[in-house]
Amino acid sequence: MSDISATLPADGPKQPLVFLDTAEHHPVNGTLLGFWVYLMSDCLIFACLFAAYGVLGREYAGGPTAQEVLELPAVAVNTTLLLLSSITYGFAVLAMQKNQRNPMLVWLVITGLLGAGFITLELREFAHLISIGAGPQRSAFLSSFFTLVGTHGLHVTCGLIWLVVLITQVLKKGLITANKRRILCLSMFWHFLDVVWVGVFSFVYLMGVLP
Amino acid sequence: MSMKLCRGLLACIAILLLAGCQTVLMSPSGDLAVQQRNLIITSTVLMLLIIVPVIVLTLLFAWHFRASNKKAHYDPDWDHSTILELLIWAAPLLIIIALGAITWVSTHKLDPYRQLERLSAHQPIPEGVRPLQVDVVALDWKWLFIYPEQGIASVNELVAPVDRPIQFKITATSVMNSFFIPALAGQIYAMPGMETQLQAVINAPGEFKGFSANYSGHGFSGMHFLFHGVSEEGFSQWVEKAKSGGGDLSRDAYVKLAAPSENEPVAYYATVEPGLYRAILTRCVDPESPSCMTRVDLSPHDGGDSGAMLQSGHASGMAAMATQPHSD
Amino acid sequence: MLSHPDLAKLIFGRLSLDSLPLHEPIVVYTFIAVALGGIALLGTVTYFKLWGYLWREWFTSIDHKKIGIMYMILGFVMLLRGFSDAIMMRAHQALSFGDSHGFLPPEHYDQIFTAHGVIMIFFVAMPMVTGLMNFVMPLQIGARDVAFPFLNNFSFWMTVSGAMLVMASLFIGEFARTGWLAYPPLSAIVSSPDAGVDYYIWALQIAGVGTTLSGINLLVTIIKMRAPGMTMMKMPVFVWTSLCTNVLIVAAFPVLTVCLALLALDRYVGTNFFTTELGGNAMMYVNLIWIWGHPEVYILVLPAFGIFSEVTATFSRKPLFGYASMVYATVVITVLSYLVWLHHFFTMGSGASVNSFFGITTMIISIPTGAKIFNWLFTMYRGRVEFQLPMMWTVAFMVTFVIGGMTGVLLAVPPADFSLHNSLFLIAHFHNVIIGGVLFGLFAGITYWFPKAFGFRLDPFWGKCSFWLWVTGFYFAFMPLYMLGLMGVTRRLSHFDDPSLRIWFLIAAFGAFLIALGIACNIIQFFVSFKNREKLRDTTGDPWDGRTLEWSTSSPPPKYNFAFTPIVHDHDAWWMMKKNGFKRPLGGFVPIHMPLNTGAGVIMGAISFVFGFAMIWYMWPLAALSFVALLAVGIGHTFNYHRDYFLGADEVTRTEASRTELLASHV
Repeated sequence: MSDISATLPADGPKQPLVFLDTAEHHPVNGTLLGFWVYLMSDCLIFACLFAAYGVLGREYAGGPTAQEVLELPAVAVNTTLLLLSSITYGFAVLAMQKNQRNPMLVWLVITGLLGAGFITLELREFAHLISIGAGPQRSAFLSSFFTLVGTHGLHVTCGLIWLVVLITQVLKKGLITANKRRILCLSMFWHFLDVVWVGVFSFVYLMGVLP
Repeated sequence: MSMKLCRGLLACIAILLLAGCQTVLMSPSGDLAVQQRNLIITSTVLMLLIIVPVIVLTLLFAWHFRASNKKAHYDPDWDHSTILELLIWAAPLLIIIALGAITWVSTHKLDPYRQLERLSAHQPIPEGVRPLQVDVVALDWKWLFIYPEQGIASVNELVAPVDRPIQFKITATSVMNSFFIPALAGQIYAMPGMETQLQAVINAPGEFKGFSANYSGHGFSGMHFLFHGVSEEGFSQWVEKAKSGGGDLSRDAYVKLAAPSENEPVAYYATVEPGLYRAILTRCVDPESPSCMTRVDLSPHDGGDSGAMLQSGHASGMAAMATQPHSD
Repeated sequence: MLSHPDLAKLIFGRLSLDSLPLHEPIVVYTFIAVALGGIALLGTVTYFKLWGYLWREWFTSIDHKKIGIMYMILGFVMLLRGFSDAIMMRAHQALSFGDSHGFLPPEHYDQIFTAHGVIMIFFVAMPMVTGLMNFVMPLQIGARDVAFPFLNNFSFWMTVSGAMLVMASLFIGEFARTGWLAYPPLSAIVSSPDAGVDYYIWALQIAGVGTTLSGINLLVTIIKMRAPGMTMMKMPVFVWTSLCTNVLIVAAFPVLTVCLALLALDRYVGTNFFTTELGGNAMMYVNLIWIWGHPEVYILVLPAFGIFSEVTATFSRKPLFGYASMVYATVVITVLSYLVWLHHFFTMGSGASVNSFFGITTMIISIPTGAKIFNWLFTMYRGRVEFQLPMMWTVAFMVTFVIGGMTGVLLAVPPADFSLHNSLFLIAHFHNVIIGGVLFGLFAGITYWFPKAFGFRLDPFWGKCSFWLWVTGFYFAFMPLYMLGLMGVTRRLSHFDDPSLRIWFLIAAFGAFLIALGIACNIIQFFVSFKNREKLRDTTGDPWDGRTLEWSTSSPPPKYNFAFTPIVHDHDAWWMMKKNGFKRPLGGFVPIHMPLNTGAGVIMGAISFVFGFAMIWYMWPLAALSFVALLAVGIGHTFNYHRDYFLGADEVTRTEASRTELLASHV
């Protein structure tokens, strides 16, 4: 009836079953898995926003169309910044794994600057759109555009705040296990935002300018 | 005790069934509603095939295997039987296969958009009979019925000749409602900026209740009307009555009517401004309004429908087929 | 200063003295009663100097057991509120015929049915389900806490914060008058300009954050923290259903978050997602909210299925019949629950093929559900069924639930739904499955695990009174609604003209009255049990001769749950230990790694409440301030690296020794 599990001495059926782990027991740390699960739920948020954009993306309601308002060159710069920041974050993680605190911090700062550049460009785009009367209230297309792109931007902003906090914590406490774990979590977050941006870029911008 | 409970339950169910037979859903007067009633009964009987044994077995097992009954067989390690497990998955599966087939067929056959094929079980549609057109608008909180062929309109009163197919086109002004005359046919939502349809026929003369079956705000409870099934002659008389006694439903009159009001009395309109229903549907009663669907091509009647369809077609991938014309 | 209108507007937004519903006598009396009760409660706590104790031992506790209990208390308190709404509705509908318009004007009645639905689902069923999972699941997998103990505390206080917003809406302003899912355009700013829908949005958003985080937390706990040897197919069924429920939570609640966020944007910013203007599409809301809403039903009912599985096996003195098929059935239900959402709006005019697709997927769910029912049935078969209270609830569930299941499948047949949609038949159906399934399950679970949580059993006499009143009350309250549905009566009506309907409403009101007595018996039961706690004391830790690991430790369990982590060899791990001559260890204890309490969760919950309240009333400066404060406390908490400690071996030895004494003294 009972198949003896691998944790048992397989000496034969006569051996009495061991029912307690009398050593000090530490379950595996679940933070990285938990963060993955969180990212998946966040991914669903973006999925819904993409779906909303899919439904409303052509509802111009007599207002400006995607072709008219989306400027690919600016977004290309934007995209480059964000993709580069993912690479620099990768370098930061490599430095972390070698326990090189200062190079890691430098890479993190560069990542932060690239991210800040991304946000600045995005805000400029938004300000421009609003100034020409293409704000989120103008049509369902613009509502869903601003919400999708803006939610991504909000995530990047959160990532930037987190980055600053983490840099402070590393400066204070050094590369201790808890901080390393946090750096890895932020790394996943940052790359995740990159992947989402690739989706935004292709689905909203590239497909938007298609006739 | 559990046997008594069981008997009591069965008695209750029997009483409910008897009482249930006289309700409007169980004894309707329109062919569509009759077929829906038959479907409800068939499905219920099909499911009772498995539900009744389960309830009986539950009470029986609970009673027979009670701890104090030492005569009952006790098998403390018995927790698996392949045959039984196959059976307990197969039994519901078979019922659902049957029910699924019924569902597929009946959903297509009783689709509210589908042209009627018969007046009732024994009455085919006579040659050359065209359905009566009624455009329905759900307002806050009353119903407007526009008869485009007769050029009249009524508020909170719907009249149609017996045994003539009716084609309802349904929309709303501000919020979602549901157009429901239980004796006639099932309900369908009335949504602003969108059009839904219902094809139905009433087979018996009489007065039937109609109402909104989707909560729509403060005056919702008073949002009901009477549906009169009358003879062709009676219908002509009613049209005459509306033509002689009613006012004009111009755009201005419509805007006044559309202002929220509760427990509105019956009213008639002798004339209706042409194109009013389309203007309501496309939210262009005031052409300058920001909600006017500018993209809708208003000129040809058939092409115009696609504007509303486009709206609903985007709702979700699944609802996409919502208001598309059903060719079959 | 307040006389300056602009400044007052800046600080108080649209909140003014007119927002207090002083013109509603019912609300005023309720407020007086609640205020007096509140003052009495606070006074008692202060008089007995319990604030410090509550703060240290409960509010800031990251112990999954205490958080679980707090969830249950929240759920029960909100049940009283939700049920008051229910009985007012029943009474009103029974009175409001012909010339009489009942005692509730429509604007009040409409708030009540909305609040009833929201409260019962989000703040009764959800907290109770989460509470039971929180309390029981870590014990069943032999863990010492959940994966993220602080997050657990934080999630709980976010849920409380949402619940408090709903409560605040009773006395300050109004709640939504839109129905519990707040369909636009009715919930849009044009049709509902007041604060009601905003209460709805923010209460659910804040509680929703808590639920999502708690879902992630429990999911990781089950995956990472099972005792050695407990492979997936050796987990207790309640753990399986918890796993599936939390997968559903993580995969469904983000959709609700987006849906409500877009509605909030429409209302606050003026976007056009669900408006009828400028390309907005209200049908998208209906789709989105049901993509969350249908899995939500299974989020509630799956843990109940788990409870019934545990209870049936324990009280039939037999292992659960067909463990594997039970697990597969649960997983199949989990997956299918995402493929059925459209059955909530067949009447929106989708084509016949779409409707029949969703109708048939819905029916398919009844196959694994049916298999489950049969599994419980055959667990009783050849058993020795002991009719303790949890088992009584289970049998009542099996009989009641299949009726609800049947009407549910009936509603899944699209042409039948065209007649029955939105009718009282539908109301009867979902109360039949939610009361008959979820609530009966929760009662079974509460009675079953109460001795584990508090160390004494619940008084069976009052429990049985409550059981019979609830069950008969349920049938009296909801069978007439099936009838009324067939009579073509739609839901949410506040007035009726047809006097022939009245008798059914009177019967239903009588049923609600019986349920009220049942709830009264519940409350008496708690008091009587507390008074007789010495007589009802569970000294063994295993009052029901249980089968799973939670019964291997003391009642209530020590804060570390298990002195040594158990090793699992088969399902029904504790049963196996008992059968194989397991001896409780009396020495050799080692220090145990434990998480430290923290106040960050309760503080952040309180700030979230302020933030939500400020957003609802357009108090922008306060909203900004509280948002910044929320961020600051959150970030501040990440600077706290001192989150755990070691419980010394001597203290473990002391605790275990006192249990040894207790066990010896009562044998």
